[in-house]
Amino acid sequence: MSGTFVGMPVFPPPAHPAFPQAAHEAVNNPTLRGNLRHATHTIRAKRAKAVAEVSDWAELREAGKRIKDHTLLHLDRYLEQVEESVTAAGGIVHWAADADEANRIVAGLVKETGESEVVKVKSMATQEIGLNEALEAEGIRAYETDLAELIVQLGKDRPSHILVPAIHRNRGEIRDIFTREMSEWGRPAPEGLTDTPAELAEAARLHLREKFLRAKVGISGANFVVAETGTLVVVESEGNGRMCLTLPETLISVVGIEKIVPTWRDLEVFLQTLPRSSTAERMNPYTSTWTGTTDEDGPKTFHLVLLDNGRSDTLADEVGRQALRCIRCSACLNVCPVYERAGGHAYGSVYPGPIGAILSPQLRGTASEIDASLPYASSLCGACYEVCPVAIDIPEVLVHLRERVVQGGPVTREGNKVVLKPAKGHAAERAAMRAARWAFARPGALRTGQRLASRTRRFHPRTLPGPGGAWSDTRDLPPVPAEPFRDWWQRTQGQNGGNGDRGAAK
Amino acid sequence: MRVALFLTCVNDTLYPDTGRSVVKLLTRLGVEVDFPMAQTCCGQAHYNTGYRHEAEPLARHFSDVFGEYEAIVTPSGSCGAMVRELYPRMGERARAEGRGDTLAATLAPVVPKTYELTEFLVDVLGVTDVGAYYPHTVTYHPTCHGLRSLGLGDRPRRLLQAVKGLELVELPGADECCGFGGTFALKNADVSAAMGADKVRNAESTGAEVLCAADNSCLMHIGGTMHRLKTGMRPVHIAEILASTEEGPAA
Ligand code: SF4
Repeated sequence: MSGTFVGMPVFPPPAHPAFPQAAHEAVNNPTLRGNLRHATHTIRAKRAKAVAEVSDWAELREAGKRIKDHTLLHLDRYLEQVEESVTAAGGIVHWAADADEANRIVAGLVKETGESEVVKVKSMATQEIGLNEALEAEGIRAYETDLAELIVQLGKDRPSHILVPAIHRNRGEIRDIFTREMSEWGRPAPEGLTDTPAELAEAARLHLREKFLRAKVGISGANFVVAETGTLVVVESEGNGRMCLTLPETLISVVGIEKIVPTWRDLEVFLQTLPRSSTAERMNPYTSTWTGTTDEDGPKTFHLVLLDNGRSDTLADEVGRQALRCIRCSACLNVCPVYERAGGHAYGSVYPGPIGAILSPQLRGTASEIDASLPYASSLCGACYEVCPVAIDIPEVLVHLRERVVQGGPVTREGNKVVLKPAKGHAAERAAMRAARWAFARPGALRTGQRLASRTRRFHPRTLPGPGGAWSDTRDLPPVPAEPFRDWWQRTQGQNGGNGDRGAAK
Repeated sequence: MRVALFLTCVNDTLYPDTGRSVVKLLTRLGVEVDFPMAQTCCGQAHYNTGYRHEAEPLARHFSDVFGEYEAIVTPSGSCGAMVRELYPRMGERARAEGRGDTLAATLAPVVPKTYELTEFLVDVLGVTDVGAYYPHTVTYHPTCHGLRSLGLGDRPRRLLQAVKGLELVELPGADECCGFGGTFALKNADVSAAMGADKVRNAESTGAEVLCAADNSCLMHIGGTMHRLKTGMRPVHIAEILASTEEGPAA
């Protein structure tokens, strides 16, 4: 089927302002700027050190890229293999085309157990689909058990970083949230809780322990799914994940279809690149792997929900598909100068930073204000590409998506090839670009413009009114020279270049 | 060696001193420089803002104008990267859109012959001491496309270190983007300005008189911020420093 796409995305985009407006407040909030600057620079430096230790980093990066590309190219085959191997190991596989379907499946599975609460391992996929809210609507309470996710959940807040969701909070704020909110969710915070990291961690431990021991259902995502054996892998550093994956009777894992690797040997690469890229650790502290169910040990029932939610459509795009190689290490966030100043919330998605800027507009489409503005949330400095352990050329995808926004063109939506119309609000820019192209194709026209600018230069202000204020509110304009270079060249043929002639008309 | 100067539209219009400096420098080093009058713009702003199809005629025009020269030298890291990195990509995209090999074939000749100025000096001419004299304290900001797309590495630094009278001081956070980013500076003015202010603060902390870079677009943003924040520093293109001599000092 093919037709003109009028703008209905796969799942509803958030009612979120465009990136520049959303970033405005964060940029001007000195506390937040300080928190983010400190945190990102610390992780950034640690990562650089951890990566520099590895002599074959470039080869590992290339290997990771190739493994992912190979798997994505043959995804249909590997998905079938995963279904077979997981089923053979005693697991039950479900397929979810979008967020609604995934949420319906999970809620149904929890209800079947008769339980009304679940414990959760930190997972991007379940955040992407808004699982906690969907379960809440069905009368099921989901408890986040990752320390930072707990802070976000108790604070009725949104995560602002993939790996450190509460990066925007400082210790004092965390203490206040614990003291105020813990009692409502379970064991209250200890009397007289201070803001020392040890006390905060202990308060969280006590609060969570009660939940681990009581919970009958655990929900997780996965960092990897090994196709050959049907094994799921969760990589974490607190040990809370291990508890959720082993103590409950029923385990439900919601996993994006791009998380597959063909063999255990392939894991070798990512278990080296992921920890160093994300937490700057040489080896990951808690790596849990499980294959279906095992008698007398761990959950008795295991469900795997394979989530598409825009991934197949992304895979259909030749340039954009590389975003699916992402292993969610968040190195690109930590080096990004835009993320550092705008903060995670401005990206209007659970995926902030450079990866969010290329992933959200692909998974959700470019119809909403925020999604159409995300490809522009970058100076194209390339720091993200440089650190990405699977070599996603984020600037290339950003420019590609800008093209999709301003020119429209063919995309795949819900499996159908459609032709996008150019986004609204770019008409003036499009006209300016066309006019510039026209002038630049005619050196004479360019020259006339330059000369006009030079002749009238005495009247040029160093600030601009109206939309030009976007430049001159914070930056002065350079003075226009007495003559453009080409006039000087024509007068002198460069003969006086060696004599330091600064232009006679000056 | 007959070399074409691709000055870039921004330099031609706003920074003719940079162009004169390149001519002066290369002439001093025995290079015959030509400035093809038909040159205009490489199409970078179009391409990077999402108007690839508008950039294509400009790329073809570039190839027409410069195709016959032995080497094309440009005093701009980002325009150099446009030709070297993005022209081949434009060709590939046209092919992927079923438009055949014509664009790729048209653009192919200029790609390997295009050099950013410091690359040309160090790699092609094989010089790091260009006989310059510049008695000032200078800090160097490596612009992103020069640093990451072209991989200029320590070439600019080596050239600066060989300049007589010049004291080079390290810029803290040197490889962080200054926040220009072409249309980014307008579309995301708040973030861009914040990045620029941080860059200027780092530059000021060095105590240098001059912030040097190999790209005037970034210097326009950094310099405009310096001027507004009333710092005493000046932005100067590396070509102007390298062209400066005891007999003919930079203005
Ligand atoms: S895009 Fe690359 S650097 Fe960013 S989170 Fe994904 S894997 Fe990590």
